[in-house]
Amino acid sequence: MTLLFATAESSRLVRLSGIDLVIIAIYFALVLGIGFYLKKFATTGEDFFLAGREMTAWVAGLAFVSANLGSLELLGWAGSAYQYGIVAVHFYWIGAIPAMIFLGLVMMPFYYISKTHSVPGYLQLRYGPEASGLSAITFAIMTILMSGVNMYAMAVVMKVVLGWNLNFSIWVSSLTVGIYVAAGGLFSAIFNEVLQFFLIWFGALLIPILGLYETGGWHGMVARIQQKSPAQDFTHAWRGLGDFQNNPMGINWIGIVFGLAAVLSMGYWTTDFLVVQRVLSSKDIRSAKMAPVIGSFFKMAVPIIVILPGLLGLAVLPMQLVPASEIQPGQHSYNEVLPLMLARYCGPGLMGLGITALVAGFMAGMAGNVSAFATVWTYDIYRPFIRKRASDGHYVSMGRWCTMIGLIASIGTAYLAMGFASIMDYVQALFGFFIAPLFGTVLLGMMWKRVTRPAGFWGLLCGVFSSVTMFFLMKFDSRWVSVFALSPHAKGLAQAMFQALWSCLTCVVVTLLVTLVTKPKSDEELRGLVYSLTEVAHEDHASFLHRPVVWGMVSLTVLALLQIIFW
Amino acid sequence: MSGKGHIIPIWFFVGVLLLVYGVLILGSGLVEWSHPPDTVLSELHAPVWWGELLILLGGIYCYAFRPGKYR
Repeated sequence: MTLLFATAESSRLVRLSGIDLVIIAIYFALVLGIGFYLKKFATTGEDFFLAGREMTAWVAGLAFVSANLGSLELLGWAGSAYQYGIVAVHFYWIGAIPAMIFLGLVMMPFYYISKTHSVPGYLQLRYGPEASGLSAITFAIMTILMSGVNMYAMAVVMKVVLGWNLNFSIWVSSLTVGIYVAAGGLFSAIFNEVLQFFLIWFGALLIPILGLYETGGWHGMVARIQQKSPAQDFTHAWRGLGDFQNNPMGINWIGIVFGLAAVLSMGYWTTDFLVVQRVLSSKDIRSAKMAPVIGSFFKMAVPIIVILPGLLGLAVLPMQLVPASEIQPGQHSYNEVLPLMLARYCGPGLMGLGITALVAGFMAGMAGNVSAFATVWTYDIYRPFIRKRASDGHYVSMGRWCTMIGLIASIGTAYLAMGFASIMDYVQALFGFFIAPLFGTVLLGMMWKRVTRPAGFWGLLCGVFSSVTMFFLMKFDSRWVSVFALSPHAKGLAQAMFQALWSCLTCVVVTLLVTLVTKPKSDEELRGLVYSLTEVAHEDHASFLHRPVVWGMVSLTVLALLQIIFW
Repeated sequence: MSGKGHIIPIWFFVGVLLLVYGVLILGSGLVEWSHPPDTVLSELHAPVWWGELLILLGGIYCYAFRPGKYR
């Protein structure tokens, strides 16, 4: 096995010992064993695609957060913290928590009561096959492309950090994921995500603990950062957001509040089926409402193991990290800050645990992608458009095949990305094209019964089209940046925030206009799908401390306190 | 799920993983006690107390969510 790992000896960041390899091998054996064990529980469509709808709020909540806690997110956001400072924390706090609470308290009842299997499934019920088909097909394609691109990116990381062969990383991890997801369906994916959550915490938590010990605590770390970079403010989350030029991210508070918090994060956390599917597996409506609320507390804590190591890297690493596009021999990129910190503090054993956490995060992310793809393909494309009436067993079988086909397509995308590096930028951007307008379509559909079937479709299509148009205009002619992002100094992330904001508004405006000139559905058709025609069960019977709304408010209060503390 | 038996809680698997990793990491920490690796703060012997923490938590999870407890 060691021979298979061995390439690029001279360039690897860390060297694994025998005990580290044993720790990694145990993880692979356990997830495969769990997959085979769960196979007997995944016999019906409800079991395979929605884990039998019997997950507790805690399991669904952890899986919900873990689906977004892949290795690339860990490495990428730790690198962003090194590059931009604590401003990166907005993507974990204001750019996530309000959306998660909104999903749990406002939107989840509609998804759950409608008994849909997916977000496109809800659109099918609310609007019809046009909006649902557009959403399902784009989601299926994007999921596979994202999965493949992430697979390649992770294989590159494994090569740089460990010296592992690219083909080895891609094939071994893909086959393992394929086997256990095809066996246990969403059961396997969720079990692995919960395992991954614990692994990531116990694999990465030592970095901030030892890092703060080394720097003499938070104030010691801040002092070192200010000493090394006196010209930039890396340690205040809001203070530099008055102007695009006053913070390393090149963004202002309007982009963060309206672009990120009000649109992009709402779109991601409430309409991206990859994360919503975890909550749909909850055993009852109270659990479905509680799961995102529970997840919000864990999400708020994630910066301890992602953002803090990036800041500590700024404070203690002797070398200067650089953007990946400018890297020279002997240098390291921003994205390598987490492995560098791991290598700084962790010897044999702990290093194996940290690397296993990264591998687990990578595999859990891939499992999430293929399980979501299998569900959307089977229930939202294959069943409505190809074979309407078949047995439940047939659809489960289709789901299993789709899992393997999805993985093979992902592997193909990974090799495509290997040949054409620029494809990665486009695929990353593609996902953002759909999320923001989709939020407008779903929210309007839930909140206003007057919205019509054609309005849902045309609003979504125009929103996506406007997003694509803005992206290419800003990419190929920088003069458009000051038009759409309100300043010529807006950097990449700021441009994405404003692109999301305008595309969502475009979707909303077109939906409203088309609604005014088209015929609405009858109340009977919309019962259980829109706010004014749905009897949502309240938790009056539950004790005060068991009510999702109480914990939702606690979560938002903690969020507000964190903003003040790190202002 | 009738007829398929009770599913073992995920927390039990979490416990097993933490327990096994705790033993391995504690073991490696004890082996390298007299000649610690060339890492920053290695004199704190992090693998020893981290391994103990993993064993403690893993043991609690394994016991609390052992198979058959809720039958």
